[in-house]
Amino acid sequence: MSQFEKRVIAAERSNPRFSFKIKSLCYSIKIKNCKFQIRINMDIDIIRKDFSILQKEGSSVYLDSAATSLTPEPVLKAMDEYYRTYRANIHRGLYREAEKASVEYEATRRVIANFIGADSDEIIFTAGATGSSNMLMYAFELTDTFSEGDEVVTTIMEHNAVLLPLQAFAKRKKLNLRYIELGECFELDYDQAEKCITEKTKLVALTLASNVLGTINDVTRVARRAHEVGALVLVDATAAVGHVPVDVKQLDADFLFFSGHKMCGPTGVGVLYGKKSELAKLTPSYLGGGIIEEVTRTDYVLGEQPWSFEAGTPNIAGVIGLKKAVEYLETIGVENIQTHCHETLAYTQQELKKIEGVKIFSSDPVHNIGIVSFTLATVHPHDMAEILGKNGVAVRAGHHCAVPLHTELCIPATTRASIYLYTTKDDVDALIESVKEAQRIFAQA
Amino acid sequence: MQNSEIYKQHILDHYNNPRNKEEMYKPTVSVPAKNASCGDSYILYLAIENKRITQATFSGVGCAVSQAAASLLTEKLTGMDVEEARALIEEDMYAMLGIEISLGRQKCALLLFRGLEEALRNL
Ligand SMILES: Cc1ncc(COP(=O)(O)O)c(C=O)c1O
Repeated sequence: MSQFEKRVIAAERSNPRFSFKIKSLCYSIKIKNCKFQIRINMDIDIIRKDFSILQKEGSSVYLDSAATSLTPEPVLKAMDEYYRTYRANIHRGLYREAEKASVEYEATRRVIANFIGADSDEIIFTAGATGSSNMLMYAFELTDTFSEGDEVVTTIMEHNAVLLPLQAFAKRKKLNLRYIELGECFELDYDQAEKCITEKTKLVALTLASNVLGTINDVTRVARRAHEVGALVLVDATAAVGHVPVDVKQLDADFLFFSGHKMCGPTGVGVLYGKKSELAKLTPSYLGGGIIEEVTRTDYVLGEQPWSFEAGTPNIAGVIGLKKAVEYLETIGVENIQTHCHETLAYTQQELKKIEGVKIFSSDPVHNIGIVSFTLATVHPHDMAEILGKNGVAVRAGHHCAVPLHTELCIPATTRASIYLYTTKDDVDALIESVKEAQRIFAQA
Repeated sequence: MQNSEIYKQHILDHYNNPRNKEEMYKPTVSVPAKNASCGDSYILYLAIENKRITQATFSGVGCAVSQAAASLLTEKLTGMDVEEARALIEEDMYAMLGIEISLGRQKCALLLFRGLEEALRNL
């Protein structure tokens, strides 16, 4: 159990109508709509204790969570426990360990469904966002929903994980690919989006949050327009899940996917959500063991959805770890994490802006998951990241798998700092000091 | 390693005042050299007469390491026999830079060198 969970349980056991403090954690518990609401002001020091990598002597100041988040102890323990005490394949064994593995695996489906406002049978486990995206595009291709000349719409801020499978799909099916462009403040141009989505549009694929700009998009608004014209809505929630509350119904997504590793879960596991009625129209494009009803020499009958989309032995430990990650995030509260990221991002942007020559490519903190990409006139992002890295500040430089976006912004690359639940003001100060040092080094010559 | 060690004065000097940074009119051979992961993008131009590189220049943009490498490499190439240029190896490029290159920066350091290999292969 994490430090945080222990404290929350302790809080729940005591009288629930008070606000009280345990050490530096502030809990206020109230009853609203017949539900207990616990608000915890996050104590970062305590949260950081759950991440052993942060306790390690000489570890970097970690500002690269948009690439991958760190893993808290409870997640590691859950996976370790599977490997050490009930390692077995799922679904087919009739012994104790296999049953436990199956139960844990399926329990994750419920936990994930609950986390994003879906039903369990709408949740497919995949290898990650990229796996989900590719799988879905191929499944689309097997339907007769799309025909030559139809339009698919995406945005200029998409990650390659959406863009490449979509481009390839559009090429194969001879579909026209159109883009929703950027507005003035690194948000989507919603007026243009309205016009971009037409009666010809069959699919709108967009990210809930940009992994470069941090912008949280108004997916609900775009989805409304998409559904008006009868188009499907596919949401890339990879950067957003675990950073902001995500509800597939509120977003009105037909499909949505994300990876475990950006939300405190392990690498190599992800989720594809499909609305039941839409999932029913798809056939799995990826076949193998564990998904069949019947096989003869020449043919097969597939089993039930969503399991029929999970051919082969899945990443069992990863799925079990993912469940723990969601439980971990829920104990802290995604809203609390969001507030923390807003505040820390606001401070980061404010301090970066004080440095002469810094240009910020990041939306305002309130509509941002906690990412700031920037350039400094005199220092190339690669040199910036190297100098920061030498000083033990982990950031990322490059195009962050969003090349058309960088082309649109007329820059080859940016340096990106990203914030998550364990990021402190001290981390930001270390970043700022190093950016200043980079500026000094390059001013010498 | 300290930052002062990689961003040594001569690296910064070649970055801020690159030698041979100009497009060449009618080169014998020109090849693009790009690093898609960071957007660094150069063109190497070689003028060759009687199996000798009479002039080597480059154009483009990139980080300090790749620019300094381009500047140093074109300096070295100018006046070299094609066969001598063919004999150059990665270590020679690292030696010209004279700094320790981490794994993540190898592509930067060798970007124009790869362009050179390509140019000589097509000759
Ligand atoms: C917005 C977004 N979409 C998709 C991906 C791809 O995720 P993965 O590499 O885990 O498949 C990422 C990760 O960088 C991302 O930030």
